[in-house]
Amino acid sequence: MGELRLMKGNEVLAEAAIRCGCDAYFGYPITPQSEVMETLMEQRPWDTTGMVVLQAESEVASINMVYGAAAAGKKAMTSSSSPGISLMAEGISYIAGAELPCLIVNVQRGGPGLGTIQPSQADYFQAVKGGGHGDYRLITLAPASVQEMHDFVKLAFDLAFKYRNPAMILTDGALGQMMEKVELADYTPRRTKEEILDQCGSWATTGKTSGREKHVITSLEMDSHKMEQNNLRFQEKFKEIEATEVRYEAIRCEDAELILVAFGTSSRICQKAIELAREKGIKVGLIRPITLYPFPSAIIAELAPKVKGFLSVEMSAGQMVEDVKLAVYEARCTTPVKHFGRMGGILPSPNEVVDALETKF
Amino acid sequence: MKNMDIKDIIKPENLVYDKSELQIDTIMHYCPGCSHGVVHKLIAEIIEELGIQEDTIGVSPVGCAVFAYNYIDIDWQQAAHGRAPAVATGIARTNPDKIVFTYQGDGDLASIGAGEILHACNRGENIVVIFINNAIYGMTGGQMAPTTLIGQPTSTSPLGRDVALNGYPMKMTEIIATLPGTCYVTRQSVHTAATVRKCKKAIKKAFQNVMAKKGTSFVEVVSTCNSGWKMTPVGANTWMEENMFAEYVPGDLKDNDIQKPAIGN
Repeated sequence: MGELRLMKGNEVLAEAAIRCGCDAYFGYPITPQSEVMETLMEQRPWDTTGMVVLQAESEVASINMVYGAAAAGKKAMTSSSSPGISLMAEGISYIAGAELPCLIVNVQRGGPGLGTIQPSQADYFQAVKGGGHGDYRLITLAPASVQEMHDFVKLAFDLAFKYRNPAMILTDGALGQMMEKVELADYTPRRTKEEILDQCGSWATTGKTSGREKHVITSLEMDSHKMEQNNLRFQEKFKEIEATEVRYEAIRCEDAELILVAFGTSSRICQKAIELAREKGIKVGLIRPITLYPFPSAIIAELAPKVKGFLSVEMSAGQMVEDVKLAVYEARCTTPVKHFGRMGGILPSPNEVVDALETKF
Repeated sequence: MKNMDIKDIIKPENLVYDKSELQIDTIMHYCPGCSHGVVHKLIAEIIEELGIQEDTIGVSPVGCAVFAYNYIDIDWQQAAHGRAPAVATGIARTNPDKIVFTYQGDGDLASIGAGEILHACNRGENIVVIFINNAIYGMTGGQMAPTTLIGQPTSTSPLGRDVALNGYPMKMTEIIATLPGTCYVTRQSVHTAATVRKCKKAIKKAFQNVMAKKGTSFVEVVSTCNSGWKMTPVGANTWMEENMFAEYVPGDLKDNDIQKPAIGN
């Protein structure tokens, strides 16, 4: 059993980064995630593990510092909240285009624009459909507890390095500010220079030694035919990710006639809604996507012919619901797919979810 | 000498000039007359002379010099437009044993990347910044830059830069020199044999400062863009001397021998 503590989600992101051997954090203050950098600055990991922590002048600078460190083979991360992630969009696209591993955490708040500092899930499209320019994907993990906020830091780095692709933890202000019991991992030392060379020596800018070609980290290719080949290679990678890395949790789906689909904070509200609905005799289950990209389409498709309908519950106007519809369509089913959501920083209540089930089906 | 034939000329003992081993044989993409090639050559020579090929990481910008990585045989990262100082910060902070330099033009450094360069220099990042100022956007076809001179015609200021419309030429190097994080700030050019030698000394000093972990060294090279300026290479050199040097006065702006406080990390 690891060390148990009562911690905020944001604090845990920092603690987990130090403990998983992260090399560098670059960030810029924004509510509701500022505790990530505050915790790191208080912990001073540069004195212990040697992890670099730097407050950048902007989110734009943060993500480009991540680019620089990641291109040298380092485990680098940043965190921000919705408007800050928008500012990072160009850098994220460059990181994806240059095939660099890194971790970006989005502790979402309500938008659009400056919006609100209250929790939201309205950056789903931005996270899983792009956000920046060009054909790329972010491996996107959606924690639903402070424990998962902890666990997914290491998981995200592992996946990012496995596929040389940026990974995102898409969470929200509720999970960032929420305190829960968490079991902390033991400290994994940062990789040595030799270990970094073993893992990244074939591509990273570790210094051009005699006996190898120079390494150039770039997303630029002026020859369209070669650029198309690059894109095709990325698409192959995404296919492999889709085939290999889908993660989800299925709750009480065995006898369910209606399926809620929800991630993160919404999924916890839905668990209470299931209890309330079942007390009323409505057989409801929950599919909780853990990976938003790759989306767990197969389980939706498997359930589609067996159930009366899906209700996608999101703290947005309805974004993930499109992926649920696509999965049902791919299964050649006509099962109804509906959406229920609250916006602007409002959390839906379990009773509202039950009401939506009763009125929409 | 005058009676030497080709067989004598190519004998190693008659060699009077050789290019650096770090200069890669690549098809030249810069226009004839452009200053970039000379500065690339100097950087390659300096890295070779200092014996730091294995430790040097270059960061190329967006602009004509985006392809700097095709010319010098070291590891490179290509940065988003204006973000080279942030990228260099990420490399240098996590690899304090490496010699990191950015190579940026005036559109990249003085316009879109004005924020990143000021903050990297203000933090005293242990990096070299090479700033090629030719007062124009070369790559995109000769548009006005923040450093374009008053009255200088460009494709987006066809009647010349108008102060009422576009403000004044931006003197980044003067601004940078005010920042305590910088240890060496200088303005050079490479349009004559003498200035090339002087510029090489300046860039070498900048690299030596980073090897000594002294903070940011900033070298502006006032340059020509004869294609963008619509001049001959020789005409561009003359125009630079007569017009650019009045606004961008060559010489050292700052040369401190102060050791930057060591970073905890």
